[in-house]
Amino acid sequence: MLRVKNLTVDHGAIRALHGVSISIEKGQLAAVIGANGAGKTTLLRTLSGLNKATEGSATWGDLNVLHSKPESLVRHGISHVSEGKSVIPELTVSENLDLGALWRRNRKESAQSKKEVVELFPRLGERLTQRADSLSGGERQMLAIGRSMMSKPQLLLLDEPSLGLAPLVVEQIFQSIRDLSNSLGLTVVLVEQNAMGALKIADIGIVLNLGSIAATGSAAALRDDPAVRAAYLGF
Amino acid sequence: MGAVHSRHITNKHRFIGFVLIGLVVYILSNIVDEWRAYQGATVAVFVVAIASVILLTGYSGQISLGHGALLAVGAYTAALTQIYFSAPIWICFVAAVLSTALFGAILGAAAARLSGPYLAGTTLALAVGLPSIANQFSILGGEQGITFDAGWPPLSLGETFTQYKWFLWIATLTALISLWWIQNILRSRYGRSWRAVKSNEVAAELVGIHLGRSKVLAFTVSAGIAGLAGALLAMTVNNVSPSAFPLALSFSIATGAVLSGVSTLGGVMIGSLALVAIPLIATSISDRWSGSENLATVLPDFIVSALLILTVFIAPKGPIEKHRSRHSK
Amino acid sequence: MFEFVNTLLIGITAGSIYSLMAIAIVLVWRSTRVVNFAAGGIALASTFVGSTILEITGSFWIALPVAMLAGAALSAFIEYFFLRPLLKRSGDKNQEIFLPIIATLGILGIMKAVLHFIYGEKIGVLSPPLSDKGFIVSGESIALSPLRLLILGIVLLLMIALTLIFQRTNLGLSLRAASFAPEISRLSGIRVDLVRTVGWAISGAAGATAGILQTVNGSGAVTPEAFEFSLLLVFGFVAAVIGGIESLVGAVVGGLTLGIILAIILMYLGSSLVFFAAFLILILVLLLRPNGIIGVKGGRRA
Repeated sequence: MLRVKNLTVDHGAIRALHGVSISIEKGQLAAVIGANGAGKTTLLRTLSGLNKATEGSATWGDLNVLHSKPESLVRHGISHVSEGKSVIPELTVSENLDLGALWRRNRKESAQSKKEVVELFPRLGERLTQRADSLSGGERQMLAIGRSMMSKPQLLLLDEPSLGLAPLVVEQIFQSIRDLSNSLGLTVVLVEQNAMGALKIADIGIVLNLGSIAATGSAAALRDDPAVRAAYLGF
Repeated sequence: MGAVHSRHITNKHRFIGFVLIGLVVYILSNIVDEWRAYQGATVAVFVVAIASVILLTGYSGQISLGHGALLAVGAYTAALTQIYFSAPIWICFVAAVLSTALFGAILGAAAARLSGPYLAGTTLALAVGLPSIANQFSILGGEQGITFDAGWPPLSLGETFTQYKWFLWIATLTALISLWWIQNILRSRYGRSWRAVKSNEVAAELVGIHLGRSKVLAFTVSAGIAGLAGALLAMTVNNVSPSAFPLALSFSIATGAVLSGVSTLGGVMIGSLALVAIPLIATSISDRWSGSENLATVLPDFIVSALLILTVFIAPKGPIEKHRSRHSK
Repeated sequence: MFEFVNTLLIGITAGSIYSLMAIAIVLVWRSTRVVNFAAGGIALASTFVGSTILEITGSFWIALPVAMLAGAALSAFIEYFFLRPLLKRSGDKNQEIFLPIIATLGILGIMKAVLHFIYGEKIGVLSPPLSDKGFIVSGESIALSPLRLLILGIVLLLMIALTLIFQRTNLGLSLRAASFAPEISRLSGIRVDLVRTVGWAISGAAGATAGILQTVNGSGAVTPEAFEFSLLLVFGFVAAVIGGIESLVGAVVGGLTLGIILAIILMYLGSSLVFFAAFLILILVLLLRPNGIIGVKGGRRA
């Protein structure tokens, strides 16, 4: 249960989010779509503690999400995969994965998580000792998601995982996200430019425009909504 | 139209301000003793030196921890010109400016691709490396150095006109003229291009500014001014030797620049006065308190360092900017 | 021939000490993007601690670790109370490096003033624990002495330890991740601020060791105005830049290069050209490789 009430976020003099309110139930996959600059990334960054909110509230269960440092939110089960294939190129694949579980003190459990990630993304398993900068775009995205899974999140915030990837790879990744949500009961907030792909796998959809909510509803309803189709789905 | 109008007023105000400062110094010079006149001349030296750092670091964004070495180049040039050509003092000054500017151009060309810690390291190595060369070449006088005989005040000023008062006059006049000239160049398109490069190199290039040329020009001009400060220093101290240009000098100048507010020229007096006055104040404080010699040696550095940290924390752009921003809000 | 080998040995020893100082500077640069001149003050203070402990216990082997701890603690203290608040305020991109440098210069000044006040004219004696008489090889005394071996041994040990820490431990992984990509690290649950302080602490320990070894290798005594420490700081910094300030390996390469070349110049060209030579070496290297010998294009991303 992610409850965002009246969230307002400023970047200096620019207001990026105007009083946004959202409700996402546990286990739901929510797609957040909208044009560039609509505030989608700001929303995620505020929920993960990277940006400061000016007004409003956001709670995950009974945890107040605002006013916390990102590193402590991770310990409460919130994991944010930021925009742009957020892996660390100088580290190996294995090290990138380990990074996600460092805060967990239990070695056995972390090793188990790593196994599960490799099962989910076998390509990573083949390249464990290679440096992350030798991976393809799709592999990097898998690595980023894999790393976030290493911290055993309950709430997953994904920022444009499809960016710059070939359609086939995008499908793979979207499918993996859906599978993860199903099998682990993960709550997912999926920010995407690829509105169609996102709405196809989502349960509910949220449309942001210029920092405000333009529409919400079930993913299916939004897919069929003519206004949404015209604006974001291209037909 | 209004903005242009007010800028003209400010410039005239500045000119009047300069003249006033000149008058004040003139009046003071007639009342104070030789020791104070010497200190006044030293303040003038720092004013010019700090201005050169403000130009290079504050406007053009290139760090220099080695301006002491540039002062050395100017000082030695002035002294050598005087010794070997018996030139009048003004010619020596010009020679100092030109030679140091040339040196600065070469240095700037070599350093144009460097930034951040690489530039800091290079200038630091220069500060330590350059003055020590004098030990190697006898023409430069080795460890004892060479003397710069600035000559006596002209007879037309009367028989009671003392040497240091003369130095004070020369130094002040030179400093005022330099500041005026620097201020003009900072407001010119060159100054604007430096600021542009400092704030965003990519954007500056897009607007047609040649990065390399802009940076080298800044180095050249800054070096020339530093050379002038060096010549003034040679005049005031009479003697030029490697020990007059230790690393601490470069640090002092950088410190003075920060105390003055490194991004604007306006506060240049603050840093200079601070650097000269604080050791004096500290000595008299420690004399009164404990007479401990240890304290006396230590207190000036302590106060200056503490002020430096305070400035960086509270007013990173310098006291003047801080004052302005407080009043404009 | 002997002369050259001796010169090399002297250069390698001095160079390895510069490398330690360079490592201290690189560590701080990588973790917080600050050029830390206060490292010189930390080394100085730690060396005084070392000499005091030596006076009390009579054992160099106790004095060295305690000095390293002192260096670590002092360095962490400075990071936590001075640099953290300062860096939080930094906005202007270019002042981002200049102001912190000046701040560390200020901290260096305060440390020196305080040390001078406390110790006054007292000299902290740090006599070498091993003989500095060279071994006899083919009837000639070479520049390799038990002391020199010890110095090289300690430096080597420290470098191995650091490499192990960085490459094999969780702490090391956190340190590397936090320096490459602080934002990603935060999002992975790494307490980046704490990790940075640890980075400074390790830097302080390295600097302390450099200070002690420099004293023991030189005059055997430390004073607040000791020229050896200015030298250590300047050459350590220059070595770091020569090697490439983004890389620990670079720090070692830079230190050794500087040490060896300077020793050769000192031997064959005399002492007054040494500093200028350091400058020339630096600028030549940077002309060819603007990011140092191990030219890694640094720059923090997220």
